[in-house]
Amino acid sequence: MTSPITSAISSSPVTRRELMQSRTPVALLKQILAFPGVTTPAALIAMVLLWEAAARLLSIPTYLLPPPSAILGSFSSIGFERWVGHIGATLRVALIGYAISIVIAIPLAVVMMRSPFLSRTLYPLLVVVQSTPVVAIAPIIIVVLGAGDAPRIVITCLITFFPLVVSTATGLAATPPELIELSRSLRASGFREITQIRLPFAVPYIFSALKISITLAVIGAVVAEFCASEAGVGYFIQLSTSLFKLPQAWAGLLVLAAMSLLLFQAVVMTQKLLFPWSLPKNG
Amino acid sequence: MAMPAIHFDRLGQVFETRSGRTEALRDVSFDVARHEFVSILGPSGCGKSTLLRMIAGLLKPTSGSVEVFGLPVTAPRDDIGIVFQKPTLLPWATVEDNVVFPARHKTGRVTVEERERAGELLKMVGLSGFEKRLPDELSGGMQQRVGIARALLMDPDILLMDEPFSALDALTREVMGFDLLRIFSERPKTVVFITHSVSEAALLSDRVLVMTGRPGSILTEVTVRVGRPRGPETAKDKTIHDLSDYLRDLLLTRHAA
Repeated sequence: MTSPITSAISSSPVTRRELMQSRTPVALLKQILAFPGVTTPAALIAMVLLWEAAARLLSIPTYLLPPPSAILGSFSSIGFERWVGHIGATLRVALIGYAISIVIAIPLAVVMMRSPFLSRTLYPLLVVVQSTPVVAIAPIIIVVLGAGDAPRIVITCLITFFPLVVSTATGLAATPPELIELSRSLRASGFREITQIRLPFAVPYIFSALKISITLAVIGAVVAEFCASEAGVGYFIQLSTSLFKLPQAWAGLLVLAAMSLLLFQAVVMTQKLLFPWSLPKNG
Repeated sequence: MAMPAIHFDRLGQVFETRSGRTEALRDVSFDVARHEFVSILGPSGCGKSTLLRMIAGLLKPTSGSVEVFGLPVTAPRDDIGIVFQKPTLLPWATVEDNVVFPARHKTGRVTVEERERAGELLKMVGLSGFEKRLPDELSGGMQQRVGIARALLMDPDILLMDEPFSALDALTREVMGFDLLRIFSERPKTVVFITHSVSEAALLSDRVLVMTGRPGSILTEVTVRVGRPRGPETAKDKTIHDLSDYLRDLLLTRHAA
């Protein structure tokens, strides 16, 4: 015997119509909203519609708040090649800075874990660097290192570095002490202790830092472009606002948000594919 | 008398910590014969685990000495396996890879023989067919079986077991005890077994050492006069029951005092 629930789900048009008739519109809406992954897009669409309506009905000037339709329009008016150029410039700086940061941060965390002396010496310095607002150092770095990608990459490194070092160091220290005893009882080399026990155990910690740092990398690249640049999405936003082309600036902002989201998802997917065991268990 | 496998001679251990000096062990002397199963019972914090660490060469005694097969322990040896309280397996490695981990960790590679051995050991601990599973997919008891197989990979002569079943439920714990009896009747080992369970100690051991609280020292030792092989039937043996009662009373009086 089929339960009322299974028959409601079945695709027969009759039952579906019956279902609709049997519910008030409010109940139906509630039912739709109960589906996971529906509420957020629905809220977003509602907000965009409200924004469009407000911008048109209240005739808000576009330089204050351009309607979504104008923002969408500016996507096509800029042209594909210019977008690719700007996105490519930002992406290049963000990814190179991110990669350099990883390559330095993880070995540094290992060294700091092995040497309490270095850890005591370097940790306060790292905190000082982290406490200095990147936005404030950025102009200085650009003056010192001149034009080109180098200062932008350094700025990106500075902003992404700290979470990676701290999180990796925490992960390396979070290894079960029994396994370290097992390693010592086997008289294994310190190198194998790091590569076969400590680093794999740090993977969940490293990935949570990688997720934070990838979005920081985009921020770093944009901050650098704000200071001095002739390409990149950050530069494009600054140029657009200085020309009062607000719809363009908003379009740039959307591109940046989408970029951050996609990069973040790429890190999440990498973890899922390469280290599925490191994901938190559900339930 | 043949040379004992493990020989403790007036051993003492003092830990210097920031809060002061803690005397963990005082004047501990005992021998463990080759292929003897010795349990150590005692209140928490009496230095039982410290004893194991000293046999394993992970910790140096402050006074006295530990000898393994007639040689003072100065560094970890190859012929000692350790089973910890928690299984502490590598969560990213399959059951089989966890069992061969000591070989990979020591030498950087795993030979075909070691893989075959891992297969045999897994069969012995009752985990045939689980070779490719991840630790996560196993129950606590099964994980600890993997831990035992891992400790046996290098075919150590001495096996140190630090409350290996304390994290398991009562029934699993009992089954694991019977399995240990079977495993060691197939492959005799010198075993030092730390436990809080008097019945476990009585059932499994040839000899039970009872320790006092801090500083830990040997209060008394009891020989279990029950023949081998032992099994589920032995658990109902009157000698085992009487011995368990005796040990329990002993620990309770000491605990109350």
